[in-house]
Amino acid sequence: MSAADPMLEAERVLRICSACMYCDGLCPVFPAIDGKHGFSLSDVSYMSNLCHNCQGCWHDCQYAPPHPFAVNLPATFAELRQRSYADHLWPPTLGRAFRASSLAVPATVALAQLITFALVLSTGSTEMLFAADAREGAFYRMLPWPAMAGLAGGTFAWAVIAITLATLRYWRTIAPGVTISEIMRALPVALSDIITLRHLGGGGPGCHDDGAPPSHRRRILHHLTAGGFVLSGLSTMVAAAYHHLLGVAAPYPVGSLPVMLGLVGGVTMTVGAVGLLGLEARADREPSDRGETRLNVAFLILLALVGASGLAVLGFRSTPAMGLLLSTHLGLVFGLFAALPFSKALHAPFRAAALLRAAIDGNRRASTQAPEAAGDTP
Amino acid sequence: MTVIGGGIAGLCAAIAARRGGAVVRLLEAAPRPLRGGNARHGRNFRLTHETPLDYVPDRYTAEELRAELRSVTGDDTDRALTELLIERAHSIAGWLIDHGVHLQPPGTGVMPYSRRTAFPLGGGKAMINALYASAERLGIAINYDSEVRSILRSEGGGWTINVRSTGADDPIRTRSVVVCAGGAGADQAWLRANFGSTAEGWMVRGTPYADGRLLDLLIGAGGCAIGDPTTCHVVPVDARGPQFDGGIVTRITSIPLGLVVDRSGARIDVAGAGSQPTHYAKWGPRIADCPGQLAYLLLDARGLARAAPSALAPITAPSLGELAATLAIDPAALLQNIDDFNAAPANAARTIAVPPFFAYPMRPGLTFVHYGIKVDATMRVVQADGRRHDDLFAAGMIMAANVLRLGYLAGLGITLSAVFGQIAGEEAARHVRG
Ligand SMILES: Cc1cc2nc3c(=O)[nH]c(=O)nc-3n(C[C@H](O)[C@H](O)[C@H](O)COP(=O)(O)OP(=O)(O)OC[C@H]3O[C@@H](n4cnc5c(N)ncnc54)[C@H](O)[C@@H]3O)c2cc1C
Ligand code: SF4
Ligand code: SF4
Repeated sequence: MSAADPMLEAERVLRICSACMYCDGLCPVFPAIDGKHGFSLSDVSYMSNLCHNCQGCWHDCQYAPPHPFAVNLPATFAELRQRSYADHLWPPTLGRAFRASSLAVPATVALAQLITFALVLSTGSTEMLFAADAREGAFYRMLPWPAMAGLAGGTFAWAVIAITLATLRYWRTIAPGVTISEIMRALPVALSDIITLRHLGGGGPGCHDDGAPPSHRRRILHHLTAGGFVLSGLSTMVAAAYHHLLGVAAPYPVGSLPVMLGLVGGVTMTVGAVGLLGLEARADREPSDRGETRLNVAFLILLALVGASGLAVLGFRSTPAMGLLLSTHLGLVFGLFAALPFSKALHAPFRAAALLRAAIDGNRRASTQAPEAAGDTP
Repeated sequence: MTVIGGGIAGLCAAIAARRGGAVVRLLEAAPRPLRGGNARHGRNFRLTHETPLDYVPDRYTAEELRAELRSVTGDDTDRALTELLIERAHSIAGWLIDHGVHLQPPGTGVMPYSRRTAFPLGGGKAMINALYASAERLGIAINYDSEVRSILRSEGGGWTINVRSTGADDPIRTRSVVVCAGGAGADQAWLRANFGSTAEGWMVRGTPYADGRLLDLLIGAGGCAIGDPTTCHVVPVDARGPQFDGGIVTRITSIPLGLVVDRSGARIDVAGAGSQPTHYAKWGPRIADCPGQLAYLLLDARGLARAAPSALAPITAPSLGELAATLAIDPAALLQNIDDFNAAPANAARTIAVPPFFAYPMRPGLTFVHYGIKVDATMRVVQADGRRHDDLFAAGMIMAANVLRLGYLAGLGITLSAVFGQIAGEEAARHVRG
């Protein structure tokens, strides 16, 4: 990064981009800057989350260093994206945990791990931790249901509340003066963009995930990770329904819905997260930001561990290893939930918010702009 | 065989030659991050098509292209080469796509409607990157930081090329040479020799590596020059931009929205320049005639609000007096000229009246020169005495003056360079394969 203040650097670079616009087909950032002479903090906060760091505009930039303009839009946005998270965290004091996320995330997980083991040991005996037990209700003999549900529910509720409030704060920054009817009209497009990861198509060829020519690897791996996360969540909810509505206690048989959902979800999430970690490891450093890389890596490792430990519980649940594996898995899950509000997880709702605003702007543009007739000329 | 220059012409020549069965080496003077010559700065290129395609709407026929070329070149052009260009303008986009280039579908992004041109997705540099990737895949040897200093006839046929790479001179023996080193102009000494001392104040919008050395070498070795070295495409660019490679973003586009003055504050005008995109090429030479090759575009708040963004923020002042002070222009002269202008503005909305006020310092920015080396329909370099070597070819901007000795058609540069590069590569491969 050349300038000390990332806001000034963003202004400088975005000005060059809006005069150039050669990258307009790559992602929605460019239509969003079209024709603009100046950029406010709100604009930049919004655009930094419209950027999904495909690095296309780095490889394709006619002004990338060593050109004196030294345009490096992905790195500029990566820095500002982190700032957009940090500026809107709830509670705001989480800022410190966020800035040191590669320490804070593992520390939170370790703490959750510790609490879980302490609870397991305080309810049973050390022998029980290492004894095989495959009968119905075995999991709750390790950690009684109220403790398990309490920890899971508590950490989950914390994550939902903190992330929701952070997202609302962010929305207020990036979308002042947007009406409900505009939101409703833009919602179908935004949702479809979010679910299909349309923009990770890069206008056709995909993302420059590892410095090589663009490919669709990143989009596929992201689908696996996010899809796996959702399926795993569903598995937990179905299991809760079995418990409360059907009165059947875990562990459930292999063919049952919660196990199948968990199995498929766990495998896809783990494969996706490990694949994304591979891309992070090979990614071009110049258009990246070290802070963001750390944020990504901490979150992906955690997701991969949660997925892998869940699968291990399933695979070894009738062996003496069950106790240890289950306790580890539960600790990781509680830790994940507890760390979500200051982890890369913020990317999901923030990007969704940015895409919603992009869809609103798209509608506004469509209703005001007349088509131009001329070609270009140097 | 060896291709000199890794711009769009050189890449197309190298790929076409490799596909034609030749063993190919590509020598590029620039380091890898600056490879690709001026196509990096190109946005779109011309093509003909009878029906709408995925990447271009409506239709644009060979007859239309022929008529538009005629309106620019008049009769002063090489008919055979023009026909070759028109013929291949039909297939060039497909060929580029086959070699990895992605073209942007109409209606995506914010590019203007254009039935005459296609837009590479991500711009010219993305296209260049894709072609380099294809060239590598095909097994073409690519050397960056390799500036050709001379080409000499070897005893017993073929050529010896002297390459300067990382400080050392290295001779390369080769059977056949395709010179795609771009047009002239990116060299102060060359500019001064042709445009006199006023060239001091010029900027070059494209790559500093297209310095005309090889054009001079070919002419020096008996090649037939074509066109006029003092006829060029030159537009107003921001004087604060880089000396080279400012590309498209330093061009000043909002002259029709304001008033232009020179260093003394005197009003400058170009009769009939209008506000069509062609006005740039009319203003460029006018600014080159200004004292110090410097002029200022003045806008008021309303003018700036209507202007397209440009790379560098305009100089700003709350009053015209302060603006004059910042620009070191005599305030009395400037205010008088602005009053006169406001009394009879070109358009009522274009007076310079509403603060704050803005200024863009402008210099002439050279896009290309209408001067090059004569070639025949196989891209073989033609000697002044009419003979030609059967193993020496030239393609791209270095021979564009065969077709275009005056004026310009938007999007023609890339098409012309790609098409003639392709032909040169095919012919050179045919020659080395015997
Ligand atoms: C700012 C700008 C915008 C433009 N926009 C458009 C547009 O939108 N559409 C369009 O169609 N055209 C456009 N053009 C024109 C177009 O870019 C050129 O016509 C085209 O790129 C020329 O290609 P070329 O390969 O012949 O030459 P160049 O691009 O000049 O490439 C020459 C190459 O040869 C190399 N070289 C030079 N000397 C040596 C040496 N001694 N040894 C080894 N290598 C050497 C250089 O490094 C360079 O890579 C634009 C030009 C400019 C400057
Ligand atoms: S990233 Fe570079 S090429 Fe792309 S729009 Fe910005 S300045 Fe232009
Ligand atoms: S890195 Fe990709 S997503 Fe981000 S601004 Fe550039 S092209 Fe858009």
